Amino acid sequence: MSRRTIVPIGPYHPLQEEPEFFTLTVEGEKVVDIDVQVGYNHRGIEKLSELKTFDQSTFVIERICGICSTSHPFAYVRAVEDIIPVEVPERAKYIRTIIAEGERIHSHLLWLGLAGHFLGYNTVYMWAWKLREEILDVMEILSGNRNNYAMFKPGGVRRDIKREDIPGVIKKIDSIVPTLTMLKKAVMDDPVLHARIEGIGVLTKEESINYCALGPTSRASGVARDARKDSPYGAYDKVKWDMIVTKNGDVYDKVIVRILEKLESVKIMKQCLLNLPDTEIDLNIKDIPPGEGIGHIEAPRGETFHYVRSDGTNRPVRHKVRAPTFMNLPTYKATVVGETLSDATIILAAIDPCYCCTERIAVRNTKGRKLYNGEDLIKLSQAKTDKIRNKLSLR
Amino acid sequence: MNREEILKDIQGRFKGDIIDFFDKSPKRVYIEIKPESLVKIASFVFKDLGARFNIASGVDTRFHMEILYHFTIEEINLLISLRVKLFKPNLEVDSLSGVFEGANWIEREIHELLGINFKGHPDLRRLLLSDDWPEGVYPLRCDYQEWDKDAVRDRGV
Repeated sequence: MSRRTIVPIGPYHPLQEEPEFFTLTVEGEKVVDIDVQVGYNHRGIEKLSELKTFDQSTFVIERICGICSTSHPFAYVRAVEDIIPVEVPERAKYIRTIIAEGERIHSHLLWLGLAGHFLGYNTVYMWAWKLREEILDVMEILSGNRNNYAMFKPGGVRRDIKREDIPGVIKKIDSIVPTLTMLKKAVMDDPVLHARIEGIGVLTKEESINYCALGPTSRASGVARDARKDSPYGAYDKVKWDMIVTKNGDVYDKVIVRILEKLESVKIMKQCLLNLPDTEIDLNIKDIPPGEGIGHIEAPRGETFHYVRSDGTNRPVRHKVRAPTFMNLPTYKATVVGETLSDATIILAAIDPCYCCTERIAVRNTKGRKLYNGEDLIKLSQAKTDKIRNKLSLR
Repeated sequence: MNREEILKDIQGRFKGDIIDFFDKSPKRVYIEIKPESLVKIASFVFKDLGARFNIASGVDTRFHMEILYHFTIEEINLLISLRVKLFKPNLEVDSLSGVFEGANWIEREIHELLGINFKGHPDLRRLLLSDDWPEGVYPLRCDYQEWDKDAVRDRGV
């Protein structure tokens, strides 16, 4: 009676647009088993980092992920500072916090938009991404870049925040609060959304602990874990904010946690900007002694963990990177099994997966195929344009 | 329990299993243990002390292999790293995936990248490496050598 069918999703996810491969085994509409296969996007960053100096590594690490491009350098510089060990100047701590929180807001908005898009609720998608532009503008004023801010270095930050920029930035941050509140209401009061995502994909508290889930995924299940509160770094112990914890662990709660967290982030950013202390921003660290260090910070998706070992030379001998999705991804087994196929997409999206971060090790094997670099691709594109042009002029 | 009591408790309970106890800083403790007592100590730290498993990190130091299991006790803001040293050719340690599910993937990763066998792991398939990667070649080992003669090296890096 029970005929099982395998539904493959991937290796290129049609909605999340990242490389991963899900094999869903279904019985009728019900998902009975799931297998996740990753590893399509290896870049060898852990190995690469061992070939770079401590300062250069910061830039390599920044490129692990485009969305959370602050969290990896943040954890890395804290790991290097843990080797020495040293405390960075107060002003640097505040600036780091501001950048990290700005990133959290834009990352959560990006996810919220995508989640709306997955559900076919494109109004949320448009609103969230329009709002995200505002916060990216703020980041551009503060760091000079919309993404990949390059603000971090072992011992401090690379760029100061100008005093005259602060009022404008605060005004801009204040201006997004009404829209954020509106978005919060739009999601919380919408009966269709309630009916669609409430009670599906439940990750219970016990399972969350067993799978060692992190960040909003664990906080939605009632596990109060947040590296910002548990082991305060930066300026998080000097400003007032609340950890958002909900109880049910379903998709709806994961949405709520992320929405409310954005408002907390706005609070943190504003307090930091207003109370920016007047000290140095950099310690000018010259030598890294032999030893090992650990840096862990709360990224938008959960705790990012870096382990760095130094042998006294100017390069790390081992650099271990653990992105939050690495721990959150296996929770699929607990959440998807037993649900219907139509709910699988949003349940899979609810942990805010970021596959590119998860797959950062290994050496590439191209097996004799030709590799294209940037120049080759430009040439190919030009050749194609020429071809089209010729075709058109012939007509 | 506060920090001192917990550390004293661990030291007293596992006197015969601890090789080295390094109290690095108020937030970091490194405990080197015997490989055979890993499951015992890890279960105690995870279940009884309520710690969260951060991750494990494998290191090849040329002389021996090391695996560090990082646990955080959030209430007292302490990161405990259990260090296990393994010597060639006996690269085997008990799997922790029976104790908590969070260790499943990282053991698969260490298995394929460093070639350490985890006894009792339910599913030691490859996680990150591609299927045409040869058996017995471990990319994060110190003695790793390029095995594919046809591989095209990236010119951009």
